[in-house]
Amino acid sequence: MSNLLDLLISGLATGAIYAIVAVGFTLLWQTSQTINFAQGEFVMLPAFLMLAAMHAGVPFWLAIIIGMLASMLLLGLGFKLLLVDPMLRHGVLPLAIATMALAIGIKEAVKQFFSAEASPFPSIVPAGDIAILGRQVSVQSLGVLALAIAAVIGLTALLNRTSIGHQMQATAQNPTVARIIGIPVERMILLTFLINAFLVALASLLITPIYLAKFSSGEVLGQAAFIAAIVGGFNQVRGAIAGGLLIGVVDNLAAAYVSTQYRAAVPMILLIGIILLRPQGLLGRAEERTV
Amino acid sequence: MLLATVVAGPAFAQGAPIKLANVAELSGGGATVGTNWKNGIDLAIEEINAKGGVLGRKLEVTHADSQSNPGVARAQVQKALDGEPYVLLGPGYSGSVKVTAPLAAEAGIAQIMGGEAAELTQAGNKFLFRTSFGQQSSMPKVAKYINDEVKAKSVAIVWVNNDFGRGGRDVITREFGKYGIKVAADLSTEAGQADFAADVSKIKAAAPDAVFVYLNEEESARILKELKRQAVTVPLVGETTLIGQKVVELAGDAANGARGHVGLTTDAPVDLIKAFREKFSKKYNYVPDHNGLKGYLAIYMIKATTEKMGKVDSKAFADNLHGLTIKAASEPGILMDVTFDANGDIDRQGFLVEIVDGKQVIKKVLPKLN
Amino acid sequence: MSLVQRYWRIVLGIVVIAALIVAPMYLNRYGLFILSQWAVMTIAAMGLNLTLGYAGQVSLAQGAFVGIGAYAAAIMTSNGMPLIAALVVAIILCFAIGWILGYPALRVQHHYLAFVTLAFSTLAFLVFRNESWLTNGIYGISNIPRPSIFGYPTNRPLPFYYVCLGSLGLVSLATWWLIRSPWGRAFVALRENPVRALSLGIDTRRYTLMAFAIGSALGGVAGTLYAPLTQYIDPVPFNLSLSLDLLMMVIVGGAGFFFGPFLGAMIAVLLPEWLRFTQGYYLMLYAVAVIGLLIYSPTGILGIIDRYLIERRTRAASALRAVAKSSLEATP
Repeated sequence: MSNLLDLLISGLATGAIYAIVAVGFTLLWQTSQTINFAQGEFVMLPAFLMLAAMHAGVPFWLAIIIGMLASMLLLGLGFKLLLVDPMLRHGVLPLAIATMALAIGIKEAVKQFFSAEASPFPSIVPAGDIAILGRQVSVQSLGVLALAIAAVIGLTALLNRTSIGHQMQATAQNPTVARIIGIPVERMILLTFLINAFLVALASLLITPIYLAKFSSGEVLGQAAFIAAIVGGFNQVRGAIAGGLLIGVVDNLAAAYVSTQYRAAVPMILLIGIILLRPQGLLGRAEERTV
Repeated sequence: MLLATVVAGPAFAQGAPIKLANVAELSGGGATVGTNWKNGIDLAIEEINAKGGVLGRKLEVTHADSQSNPGVARAQVQKALDGEPYVLLGPGYSGSVKVTAPLAAEAGIAQIMGGEAAELTQAGNKFLFRTSFGQQSSMPKVAKYINDEVKAKSVAIVWVNNDFGRGGRDVITREFGKYGIKVAADLSTEAGQADFAADVSKIKAAAPDAVFVYLNEEESARILKELKRQAVTVPLVGETTLIGQKVVELAGDAANGARGHVGLTTDAPVDLIKAFREKFSKKYNYVPDHNGLKGYLAIYMIKATTEKMGKVDSKAFADNLHGLTIKAASEPGILMDVTFDANGDIDRQGFLVEIVDGKQVIKKVLPKLN
Repeated sequence: MSLVQRYWRIVLGIVVIAALIVAPMYLNRYGLFILSQWAVMTIAAMGLNLTLGYAGQVSLAQGAFVGIGAYAAAIMTSNGMPLIAALVVAIILCFAIGWILGYPALRVQHHYLAFVTLAFSTLAFLVFRNESWLTNGIYGISNIPRPSIFGYPTNRPLPFYYVCLGSLGLVSLATWWLIRSPWGRAFVALRENPVRALSLGIDTRRYTLMAFAIGSALGGVAGTLYAPLTQYIDPVPFNLSLSLDLLMMVIVGGAGFFFGPFLGAMIAVLLPEWLRFTQGYYLMLYAVAVIGLLIYSPTGILGIIDRYLIERRTRAASALRAVAKSSLEATP
């Protein structure tokens, strides 16, 4: 039983990262019908941008800012203008395939221009443990959890309390009507891309100290985020958060209490179960069949 | 252009460069392994050619990417063999070696590769050669160490679920059986896994006398950190992938106390190896892992064998490498004395090592058997 | 189309088929292996084209079905059974699994099949890897024998290439017949306009399911050829990447076009070869090329050709109309 607390907290910490990434993923889908198969690589890249800045002699705190700005430029603005806009009129599927190709491109570019090896990455949360309820809990896990929660609260506040947030939600629900009532739809969509870029950069900052910076670290993350978004509910930001946390915890518990060999199967079975029994996801709204 | 590569090619002329073919994992899951292997090869060739080559002829290599996929490896090896190279190099992944070895054997071309699975040299292939200890050589040494020095009666095994990890786990489980050591826990992990909380939790629950860790470098670093965090204090024993410089760098002081057996390590207190590490780091801007050593050694094996034969004869190569002893004194590029047996297995010295204060400290040198 | 055009098409077809039969006699082993691989991948891609291009469903499990076929062939032929038996088993198994997977998933929104197949892909890989009593796990199955067809052994590359080519031919004919049949037309109907199809009384779900199940079965067929081709299989090639590759093949070639998979498979197999001289950059260039192609023509390469031909015909028709119009206006 005492191990359970350990597993829960580390599961929640990992899950919080999945949640951040899943939220960005869901936002892109909702506002612009973009299924971004490169989301995992989007999380992997900012860490390398920051490392590159540090190699050039820049101190860590400045490298973080540079990395974030570069991410928002490349993965937000650049992604939208160069890939999504030209492809979107062709439909959802070609764009999805294009993001698959993009994922390969980013991975290979990092491998070629940086390194095939893993690199360590400094943590903004100090390492070490503190005692909670008599158990040693990793400060890093708690820090990650706290920062992720803060980000999600901030985002929810943005979406629900501000005028811009309301406009974004309107755009997501029905772009045509939104346009009619005068919402600058294009700008709102651009904003979601920028927010996604910010979220993935944040996730990168939080997770790379643990995962280590490697060109292939995006694969697992991307898939986990994808599943989290679906399990939680593809049409609700809340759903993505819940999905992420759930996947993180379930994965850990499965490894500990079921078999480690089939650990990766449990989120999959969860996915299939959700689709069969509650296809709108745990927190999603039931979508009307638009045939 | 495509036609040129697929229609039968002409044989190489005399006085011309000696053509080698390398098929390695340059992309996919094994990219780190294959890239290191390739870089080691390139470094060795550069050195040798600068000194005039082998028997007056320069060495030339073509690199092909197996994409860490045995099917692709097979295609690439087939293509390489069609070009009639002198010797075939690679792959590194045991699965890819298994599928390509019959092709090289059929073509009569020697294959020097990096795979460590035990069964590779037990299939009667007369053309296959290792560059590192097979698991059938290294695991008994680890088991003996665990039994004699660590005196553990029950051991938890944590291994990475690919052919490398599973091979090691299978062999060491057999060895433990011979000593009567109980396997307290048998945990498989995924390549690229980041979260080891659950696995360490299970290890603690099993309360073993020691833990045998057989993962890739990054995962070894992560599990070391987790083991420290969950205050697991029993000895942690492993192999090259647990106690290399890379792992120490990534794990920080969580690596202290880890021990194991290493055959090839760039941290060995051998001058020639230190020199190799300098040269490699200078050329490529990073510290090589044992795969870099393997690639480097492969080329020097070719040089030594060819010089022994006095001629460049791909048909006679394999026979001449069997039973050959190459001494570092006469061929510095081989870094440590080595003998190859009739199966292509290696006899070389090894080390028992412990990490103290972030450095590898040699506790014992395990000499060459012959 | 006119008689001349039809004549040219037939001639082109005969030339290509003749080339596929004769030219390989002059190829070395590598070339033969690549061509055989192309044939096998085309079969799998045709299955996916049926599901995606004709029935409009995304399947991310085609790679897993190839794996099931491959393991069926490997396990059975290593135990002395003939390849044909493995083929039958593979077809039945993949069809059944396709049906079971598709049935509940198609009850809801159509893109959910993609997610279910994604999950199945991972599960299949795990089963291949972990159930070593059946599949020999991560070590894989080696020394898979080549079949003997009507008593002829196919251990050499050229005879086995003909086996692959022949199989491709048979599958192509079968698929052609299927698409031309009323069934095939129903598939297209429900891709183009599901509402209308429903209103005409077509049970869209059943037809979509059929398309998916047949497409999956074709994946299994490809797998039964893959195993004796490489003569060694392990779980690694049959993961999600293969499914994504096949998806890319179908889309790049042109989803919904009959020859799309042929072209797509050719590009997927050959383009990395041509780009190999670029060393470490070849995958990046491949990615960029795919993205560029998709931006220009989301209906793939055959889509470009199709558009060009349509434009020509439209221009020709417009020219004729202009002439007719002017002559009409000329008459008082």
